[in-house]
Amino acid sequence: MGIAVQVEQVGKSYGKKTVLQDVSLQMRQGQIYGLIGPSGAGKTTLVKMLVGMERADTGAVNVLGQAMPNLKLLQDIGYMAQSDALYTELTGEENLTFFASLFKLGKEARKERIQYAAGLVNLAGELGKRVSAYSGGMKRRLSLAVALIQNPRLLILDEPTVGIDPQLRVSIWNELLRLKREEGKTIVVTTHVMDEAARCDYLALVRDGRILASGTPQELLAQYKVDNLEGVFLAAGGSGR
Amino acid sequence: MRTRALIARICRQMVRDKRTLALLFVAPLLVLTLMYYILNGGEANEPRLGIVHWDSALQGMLEKAGIVVVPVSDASAGTIEEHNLDAVLTVDGGRPALTLENADPTQAKALRMKIGQIAALQSLAGLGLPMEAAGQSEIETSYIFGGPESSFFDVLSPILVGFFVFFFVFLISGIGLLRERTTGTLERLLSTPIRRGEVLTGYLAGYGIFAVIQTVIVVVYAVNVLDIPLAGSIWNVLLVNLLVALVALSLGILLSTFASSEFQMVQFIPVVVIPQVFFAGILPLDGMADWLQALAVVMPLYYAGDALTGVMYRGEGIGDIVSNLLVLAAFAAVFIALNVFALKKYRK
Repeated sequence: MGIAVQVEQVGKSYGKKTVLQDVSLQMRQGQIYGLIGPSGAGKTTLVKMLVGMERADTGAVNVLGQAMPNLKLLQDIGYMAQSDALYTELTGEENLTFFASLFKLGKEARKERIQYAAGLVNLAGELGKRVSAYSGGMKRRLSLAVALIQNPRLLILDEPTVGIDPQLRVSIWNELLRLKREEGKTIVVTTHVMDEAARCDYLALVRDGRILASGTPQELLAQYKVDNLEGVFLAAGGSGR
Repeated sequence: MRTRALIARICRQMVRDKRTLALLFVAPLLVLTLMYYILNGGEANEPRLGIVHWDSALQGMLEKAGIVVVPVSDASAGTIEEHNLDAVLTVDGGRPALTLENADPTQAKALRMKIGQIAALQSLAGLGLPMEAAGQSEIETSYIFGGPESSFFDVLSPILVGFFVFFFVFLISGIGLLRERTTGTLERLLSTPIRRGEVLTGYLAGYGIFAVIQTVIVVVYAVNVLDIPLAGSIWNVLLVNLLVALVALSLGILLSTFASSEFQMVQFIPVVVIPQVFFAGILPLDGMADWLQALAVVMPLYYAGDALTGVMYRGEGIGDIVSNLLVLAAFAAVFIALNVFALKKYRK
């Protein structure tokens, strides 16, 4: 299996504040990769580098075999930001249509993808409503549908399940697992919910702009001799202080 | 294709936002109409003048000039108060003396000038000139621009038309884009394969459509409903205003980069918009200090005001305003270039 994402010794700082320091990561294709860590750890900055919205001060970021930032590559990356970036005056369908038309998609394919993505997040019946009338969870789901709209090979989801009820969270995760299994997609997820972390194939613990530890969930449990990921997190964080 | 999708989206959003549309299309007409009535209605009151030494010839001339004449006994403040007068004329040893109430200095000044002229004519009459000749001798007057009916509003209105186009387009495009920045949709947009140039073209064209509609409504309303004199071609007026809209659009989008909330965007109005009003030609530039005049060079509305009064009041053709148009186009080009640069913030 090929390498989907390669991050090599990346550093980034805003003014005097160092946000990322010597971060190296390798993500294989067809895996779910979890970035876990507290708020302000640098997860979002790292994720934005994968989408080409930030440039690393030092080091290199390679996505799907090409150096980022790369405009053409964005066709293959589905990105879901932390905030619901939706046009609230428009209906759900108009939002999806707008984002779909920014990508290279045939007219038929576009319609198909809109139906598919809306069905996936259980919004097929609500597409005619304006987004301003959506609940928080519905907006989050629509954001996820937008990220999936162009059928990207790599999905980058920044805290996708914040504000979503437990039932829907389970169904979204089941869908992510299915996308990985059946369509071979690579998925990068940031989260600070530990039971979500447990469902990832590979984890990286991010804290204060560094990768504290990385490995499969089992490897991490064994390494820190604890019986849950919360323990890993506390142990890793504690040793860093 | 992507640009078209962006334009369609902006239009759809604008049409859904009825209040913003009303602000864009109706508010300028409202303010323009209000100013029209305020500035044209200033001469409604006939001044009342008290005269101590009665003279029927003088009375006839004063009444001809539209002054209400009231016989009084003295020029005291009490008399003025009692008869509700604006001034009292006394003749002391053959020399006329005027006491003005001066409640409104502008009106008082105008009255003093009128009476001064009549007094001069009166003394001419005293020199033996036939009364009729003196009374009817209207000074032969000709006007280079406008006519005897020209009011302050006629000179002001072309500038106002340009100003409204500038102000409302600036405000709406600036806040529109700012909202995209704060809600993260701009960032989201730039995480798709769209080019920065396409984004900017889309915004310029999307908001530009509404700017064009507004410009047409304001100009047509001003000329046809308010009867603002239009000496030149309406197409040239539209052309100037379109360039003004483009400058306002690109400047609004650019400045929204430096604002982090709608409130901060509004703070740009006293800094960026209001000073331009002073240099647009409402106040005479010739009387300003040299360094102030130098400042006018960097104000887009200075060129717009000159071009608009040129076309609408002085009846200039395209050849006379072409330099102003070029400067406006240059402003827009600079702002657009800076915008492309500013969007780098979102995609390195």
